[in-house]
Amino acid sequence: MTYETVAKFAQQGGAIYFFLIFLGGCAYAFWPRNRAEFDHAARLPLDEDNGL
Amino acid sequence: MSSSPSSGSARTIVDTGGAPILLIVAVLGALLFTAATALSQDPLFQFQGAIFIIGFLGGAAALTWGLSAGRFKQDASRYTDGVIKAGVIATMFWGAAGMLVGCIIAAQLTWPTIFYFPDYGFLNFGRIRPLHTSAVIFAFGGNALIATSFWVVQRTCKAKLFGGMTAWFVFWGYQLFILLAGLGYLMGITQGQEYAEPEWLTDLWLTIVWVAYLVVFLGTIWKRKEPHIYVANWFYLAFIVTIAILHIFNNLAVPVSLLNHRSYEVWSGVQSAMVQWWYGHNAVGFLLTAGFLAMMYYFIPKRAERPIYSYRLSIVHFWALIFIYIWAGPHHLHYTALPQWTQTLGMTFSIMLWMPSWGGMINGLMTLSGAWDKLRTDPVIRMFVASLAFYGMSTFEGPVMSIRAVNALSHYTDWGIGHVHSGALGWVGFVTFGSMYCLVPWLWKKDGLYSNKLVEWHFWIATTGILLYITAMWVSGIMEGLMWRAYTPQGFLAYSFIETVAAKHVEFMVRLLGGLMYLSGVIIMIYNLVRTLGLPSSERANHPAVALPAGLAFAGE
Repeated sequence: MTYETVAKFAQQGGAIYFFLIFLGGCAYAFWPRNRAEFDHAARLPLDEDNGL
Repeated sequence: MSSSPSSGSARTIVDTGGAPILLIVAVLGALLFTAATALSQDPLFQFQGAIFIIGFLGGAAALTWGLSAGRFKQDASRYTDGVIKAGVIATMFWGAAGMLVGCIIAAQLTWPTIFYFPDYGFLNFGRIRPLHTSAVIFAFGGNALIATSFWVVQRTCKAKLFGGMTAWFVFWGYQLFILLAGLGYLMGITQGQEYAEPEWLTDLWLTIVWVAYLVVFLGTIWKRKEPHIYVANWFYLAFIVTIAILHIFNNLAVPVSLLNHRSYEVWSGVQSAMVQWWYGHNAVGFLLTAGFLAMMYYFIPKRAERPIYSYRLSIVHFWALIFIYIWAGPHHLHYTALPQWTQTLGMTFSIMLWMPSWGGMINGLMTLSGAWDKLRTDPVIRMFVASLAFYGMSTFEGPVMSIRAVNALSHYTDWGIGHVHSGALGWVGFVTFGSMYCLVPWLWKKDGLYSNKLVEWHFWIATTGILLYITAMWVSGIMEGLMWRAYTPQGFLAYSFIETVAAKHVEFMVRLLGGLMYLSGVIIMIYNLVRTLGLPSSERANHPAVALPAGLAFAGE
């Protein structure tokens, strides 16, 4: 196992791995069923009252 | 009541938010540092030890007084707001102090003999420049982030702050870190790494405080009553976790001895440089950007009384920003021993950062769509909008400067200083001011600020100051960059270094003027906030008990 093989694995594998996680985040953001949850979440700072 | 004494004292600890445990820690800490200070032969270590002893003894005295006076009684029906009030005061104090030091060093650069006393080395530019940067980034910015994060996480999770008195430990522990770092620089304690100057002992202390901060924040999210974690909390969490990792890895060092202030870093050569700028740029990315974006995602919708323009965009913004920012550091090391592919990688990711940065800016600005009239009527909203405009401007400028060919001209010049200040004064400063203008009336239960007119004055003086500052630095930076690379027909350098310094004299005066204007704005703001505290409280008027018949109100007591 040379430095080059480790570096190649880390660089390309890392890029693919992170990109897939990012795509997962995008899928979560644009999943149609999540719309209602996000509409509710967007109002969180506005709907609060000042007690617990 | 009739339980055994041991469970009784356990209840006392819970009821007082763990104050007795903190008291034991403070006493043990004072003893430990008294012993270490007595044994050490190193005056600078003894200096740090003395600060620790004073800090721990002060904490122990305050805890003893508070416990005996019954001040730490935990009220589960109310949010923890006391520590946030303290954070707001600390933010404004350190902001004014750090900016004042900035004006002093700007004057020193303009007139080298001003404030220069050969017998007082601690007033040298080299000592007080890190005092300025740390005071504004970590003391002003850090306190603003801790205070607002405690406010936002409680409100959006509908849960009281986790950990009882731990939040107070975070607050005072952080102030102790600031004193250790800042006074240390004046005494000459530094490891010489930009924005990571504090030595190993101070670094260890900050690590403890930061882990406590993470525990308080995560614990509050853990026990939230609102199922969804609001996007601002994601940004705060990314800021806290990433700063912890950056801080630890850039400060891995071996002390000369456990009783010596000095340490040697485990990294050397180009690895040291890469870790340093991985740290340095992500201090920008995660402290000065992600943390303050969290502020934006809460305070702008709240103040505008409109939900964020696109919640989906905020999620994509978050993941894109944190995935890309972490790679941008190598753009600080163009034309160095760092491998070229690493430099190119840093440059490429810096350019990619345009997208999430502008996505976030657009998300913030468009939140005001349909409420643009507030820009005219509410100067605090105007401050927020200006902060986003400066954010957009500096996140456009940054990627341009990261391009290797542009960097060849801009690096090491005043252009970099100008770029940093358009982000720091414009974005970080204004979004913090806006948030503080919101928080003070909310925390102290006032109907509003003492004077909106004074906010107007603050806004225009500060905005003009920033514009003077950054245009002066563009002119001087590009000029000195061109002078450095100018050759005579014979192939010699056309200018000596001191000629390039002398050429910037007028620009330096303009920069100082801009800085003084910005500082004046903050002083106006502090006056306005102090007068706000003197306003009659709105709580009485809103309190339902007042309207109730006397008997009912009494029964409710």
